[in-house]
Formats: sequence, structure tokens, C-alpha cells
Amino acid sequence: MKNTRDGYAAALLELGERDQRIVVLDADLAKSTQTEKFKQSFPERFIDCGVAEQNLMATAAGLAATGKIAFASTFAIFATGRAYDQVRNTIAYSNLNVKICASHGGITVGEDGSSHQALEDIALMRAIPRMKVIVPADFYETREAVKAAAAIEGPVYVRIGRPKVPVLFDDGYRFEFGKALILRPGRDVTVLACGFMVHKALEAAEELAAEGIEAEVIDLHTIKPLDAEGILASASRTGRVVTCEEHSIVGGMGGAVAELLGEEMPLPMRRVGIRDSFGTSGTVEELVEHFKLGSHHIAEVVRAHCG
Amino acid sequence: MQARKSEDTAIPMCGSEGAVLRQKADGKLREHLEGIARDIRWDIVRMIGLAQSGHPGGSLSCADILVCLYFYAMNHDPENPDWGDRDRFVLSKGHAAPALYAVLARSGYFDREELWHLRRLGSILQGHPDRLKTPGVEISTGSLGQGLAAACGMALGLRMDGNPARIYALIGDGESQEGGIWEAAMLAGHQRLDNLIAVLDNNGLQIDGSCCEIVGLGDIAAKWRSFGWEVQEVDGNDVLKICEALDHAASADCPAMIVAHTVKGKGVSFMENNVDFHGKAPTPEEMEKALKEIEGS
Repeated sequence: MKNTRDGYAAALLELGERDQRIVVLDADLAKSTQTEKFKQSFPERFIDCGVAEQNLMATAAGLAATGKIAFASTFAIFATGRAYDQVRNTIAYSNLNVKICASHGGITVGEDGSSHQALEDIALMRAIPRMKVIVPADFYETREAVKAAAAIEGPVYVRIGRPKVPVLFDDGYRFEFGKALILRPGRDVTVLACGFMVHKALEAAEELAAEGIEAEVIDLHTIKPLDAEGILASASRTGRVVTCEEHSIVGGMGGAVAELLGEEMPLPMRRVGIRDSFGTSGTVEELVEHFKLGSHHIAEVVRAHCG
Repeated sequence: MQARKSEDTAIPMCGSEGAVLRQKADGKLREHLEGIARDIRWDIVRMIGLAQSGHPGGSLSCADILVCLYFYAMNHDPENPDWGDRDRFVLSKGHAAPALYAVLARSGYFDREELWHLRRLGSILQGHPDRLKTPGVEISTGSLGQGLAAACGMALGLRMDGNPARIYALIGDGESQEGGIWEAAMLAGHQRLDNLIAVLDNNGLQIDGSCCEIVGLGDIAAKWRSFGWEVQEVDGNDVLKICEALDHAASADCPAMIVAHTVKGKGVSFMENNVDFHGKAPTPEEMEKALKEIEGS
């Protein structure tokens, strides 16, 4: 088990070391987002904007306008909701090199409850022209995705989680931006998952295999641009699709996949996610149960879908 | 139809201390800048009139300020818009885009003919500034309260690089009701951004009426001072006063605010202090009348 936030911190240190253009901004959450580590190593390239997320984003835009690669971090709810207009109008409309790396995405924020649980952030960010959206699944994928984001020209949103998650990859993992990654091949159903839900989907596939249902599990780490070719290739083989995300079923990864399938390959699909409601306080385990995001819930949906 | 051009005298662009005093001495600076400002006003009225859309009031109120920035204070090179050591300008009150477009065209960033396509489909001159479409625009603005924060980011970036260039930003008084202005004010003060100079176009009017009636700014100079800025108050339609203030602001050891008291719609009698012309284009007849008035001024 390892923190995805630590993967972000590791990438920032590596990037900061080799590229003077890297600057990092936070909004009084450096200890939580883990930008604190960059701050300790490169204090002259770190700016704490205080509790002012809108200012964080517009200031990051200005830094990028002077040639910097600006990483702006806070909780996902504030980065995408509170500062939406700054992200849309000042960062994306200006096509500036700002990487919004937001931690505490999704329901797994836990005890802090609904006000701090971003369940619409993927929907908000992917609706913005020029914005790319990445939701990495573990420590290594986060580290490599952040490095990939630094190399992309223009705005990128990277959604990082709060809880520790199982390590799925290793130190040699090569992240391919924009590529749907098949983690487990299967002929019966395509299960697309992102972020925290990837390991849940893998556990579900294990459970289903025992019953003779072979699920193809895909780590859909890049939600925009969507790997249409990869998704359609898998879907055409299996004929059924299930999406899994700790995000609202409205407008998120499941929504993006539904849009693609609706236009290109209409076939039966199901979405596992938060069913158009706000979050609530609880432990991660309790919330996963409460919102039916566990591996057995995924297995149940797949079973019914294949039946 | 041609604007009456002021005589182009050989006064160089500069931002150095004492320059205003030297140039004032030979009496040419006021004449030079006022001549440009008159042409800029003519262009503003004509481009909004032809577009039949736009914001004349706030464009005319800040015309003298922009002329002093682009033709006196700022080091910039229209031939080389990406020059790394250039001073940068951010129009935080993006709806005054016609004033910015007019000074950019006059500076030589693009052909003046482009002005007559303002707000048309396919034009390089959008309703509000777009850095990807218009040469010389540093950052896209229009949604109020964000340009000053972007200017802070630019000032931080240049300071990190040891770049001596300055960042200038123009904000509106109505815009100052946005919380984002004060978030930026607090950060700039805390960071002691002495390479940041902001000007407030204090014309007193906003869409729904006078700022005092809507949500008054109170003692605006005191507010900025309390945020750690050096503050001056000037007549924002007097070019020499603006130049003096810009010179003085450049020597501050903290961010500097120039509260420029201006007249909305300045230069066109029937638009002056008339809230109706905040975001309404003159009719073709009104446009002709306004252009004649400016030509005769």
C-alpha cells in the first residue's frame, strides 16, 4: 500500500532537480497535497498563496505566462469548483502551461464529508477545451503521469487521491499518456476503471473469474483525450462495458465512455460510481460500502450485466 | 475616413526616473501624449461604432492611462512582442479592450485596419482580449477580478529569473468588487512585489449605476495601503500627472497602486459620466457626432 500523493511529491522533486522552469504553488495545504517536499528542496520556486484558491490558479497562469511550468495544488474540490472560472478563463482560454495536480479527489476523502469530496471534478475539467485529464491509479502511475504532464504543452488536470492504495506497477513503469492500458485480458466484458477504482476492478475480476466470467480490466488513466481506439477495440471483442470511478456517474469517466459508445458503437453498458448524490462523512471502507464502490459491488454489476 | 494624426515627435519610449521632468521641460511631452490620446479615442469610438457592440465608457476613461503606459512608461518592442525583458501590461478590466487594441495598433503590433473588424467572426480582435489571437496581448482577460492575480504571477516569475522588467495592470472600480482583486492585493503585498504597478481606472460608474450606489468602494486608497501597497491618487485624464505617478511608482520598494480618478466616456460630451454608455455602442449618427467632437478637441 502506498500513497498516490507521495508519487506526486517524488515526481516534483525529480522535475525540480532537472528543470529550472518548474514552480509549485499551493493554497495552505502543502502538507496534505505533499508539495511541502518540493518547498523544502526548492523554496525559491515555491509559492504558498494562502487560503485563496482562485488566486492560486490565476497566479499560476501568470507564472506560466513568463515561461514557467506551474504546478498548482490544492484539494480537488477547491481546484475545480472554487476556482473553475480562473481555470477556464485565465488558464485554459490562454492555453497556459499550468498543471493542476489536485489531491483528495473523490469520496475517499473520508471523514471530512461532502464539502471536501470532489465528485464532479472530472466532469468540470473535461468540459473545458484544451484541458487534458489524467486520473492515475497508484504511486508509480501518479509519479510517471505527473512527469508526463510536465512534458505536455498546455493545461493538464491530474486527480490524485487521499488514501493509500495497493501498488499495481513498479519502478520501471512507463506511463503512456492517452493510452487505455489493459491490465487483465478477458473475453466476456470490458471493465474500465480509473484512480482508486482500478484495484477494486482487478479484485472484482478475480472474483468473477472463479465463476467463469472473464473480465478485461482496463486502467483508463487518461480520460481526456479518450483512447477511443483502445476502448472500442476491447468493447468490440467483449460486447459489454462497465465503468468504475469514485466520481459522479454524471459527466465523469463513465459519461465520457458513454458518449463514445453512443456515437461509435452502441452496446449495453453500466456505470459504477456515485449515483448523482453528495458525499457524506465516514471511513474510506464505510464509504466504499455505502456508495457501492467495492469489488463485490462491481462484480455484482458485471454479473447482472453478463447474465 | 482618416483620424487626425498627431505629429509624431521624436520622443523615445522610456521608463527611467526623471524622464518626465526632462521632457516636460521642453514642453513636448503633454502635446505628444495628448495627441496620441486624441487619436486613440477616435479609434475607440469608430471601432465600437462600426461593430455596433462594445464598451465605450470604460475604454474612453482609461485611454490616457494606456497612452502613458505604451508611449511613455513601458519598455516594449512591437517588432519583437516576445522580447524577454519587455515590460508587460495586463488589462484586468478586459471590457476596455478597444482602448488596448487602439494603443497596440498605434504601437505597431498589428495593422490599424484590424480595428474596424472588432468583435466580428474571424477577427483577431475579440470582444475581450485573447492572447492567442491578438499580438501584444499578454494574457486573456474578460472575466473580472483575475487579471491582477495573473499580473502577480508574472511579477513573481520575472523576479525569480532576476528579470528587471515591470508588470503593469489596469483594474476597474466596479471590478474591485470582485474578491479576486483582494486576494491578489494581499499576495502582492505579502510578497513585496516591487515590480508590479497597478492603476485603478476610478471612473465611478458601473453597469447598474454609480459604484457608490451599488457597492461603494469606501476609502479605496486606504484599503490598498492596508494591503501593503504604496498608493498615489492622480487625475487619470491628465497625461503629465499620470506619467509623474508612473515614474514615482517605479521607485517603490513594494507593489504600487495609482488610483486614477477618471471620467467615464471622457472626450465625448454625451458619453461623459453617462452610465448608459458603459456597454452600449453609439448609433451611426452618434458615432459621427462623437468623431467630429474628438477631431475638434
